[in-house]
Amino acid sequence: MGKSAIELIAKTPCAGLLPIEIGTVSLTEVVPDHMTIVAPYAGKDKELSAALKGAHGMVMPAANRATGKGANRAIWFGQGQILLSGPAPDAALARHGAVVDQSDGWAVVALKGAGSRDVLARLTPIDLRAGVFKNGHTARTDLMHMMASITCLGADEFRIMVFRGFARTLVHDLETAMQGVAVRALA
Amino acid sequence: MRIKCPICGARDRREFYYVGDAMALARPDADADAAVWDDYIHNRDNPAGMTRDLWYHESGCSAWIVVTRSTVTHEISKVELASKVAGKMTGAPV
Repeated sequence: MGKSAIELIAKTPCAGLLPIEIGTVSLTEVVPDHMTIVAPYAGKDKELSAALKGAHGMVMPAANRATGKGANRAIWFGQGQILLSGPAPDAALARHGAVVDQSDGWAVVALKGAGSRDVLARLTPIDLRAGVFKNGHTARTDLMHMMASITCLGADEFRIMVFRGFARTLVHDLETAMQGVAVRALA
Repeated sequence: MRIKCPICGARDRREFYYVGDAMALARPDADADAAVWDDYIHNRDNPAGMTRDLWYHESGCSAWIVVTRSTVTHEISKVELASKVAGKMTGAPV
């Protein structure tokens, strides 16, 4: 791109808000290179899954599940759609489904540490017990009054996503819950 | 109250939005009688017993679902995806 008179600097959704650490729990921002909704055309689930596997090394996740590793994830994202987080979507995907860029549209945070389940339990109605909501499980659900995507990535590690416009509310709600859990631990 | 979404499993009622009588899925033909359209748009039963309602899993998977429920006991006997029920619905009581 040519040099322009004004230099634009991109801000991440949680810029200036994170990271924070309270007690044993930390909250940090995650900034995927790309976020893309992939919605298979009717009857094309198998073809799309194969294309996803070929191009990005992960199969299409079943409902309420996530696949992939590290920075590259395919997260079930509601009825008939998944979120490809990390890699730029391969052109082959568009042959079997609708591919829609969501980069910059979502605030993404990582909640980690002992007690992070207790923090989330204050904010969402889903069953978060370790034996029920395990590594690789995901849910579309409420987080306080926001619709959210919550994915378990380890015993005490969660990825939480809400619309970018809710970033400040998300951090406020999580921080308040983190404080509550930390104070309880002292009692 | 918990509703067992066919896609997500049992979820808290606050994730769902109540839409109305599932009769909305039984849309009459465009050239149907005026009385049929009047029933479809305006007239609803108010049963003490089984009823079928449309709900929207608003902050979950975004599916529209048909919930069969007793207004007397609040027992939910069936939850189906509206996409599977549409076309088979009639305006007849449950």
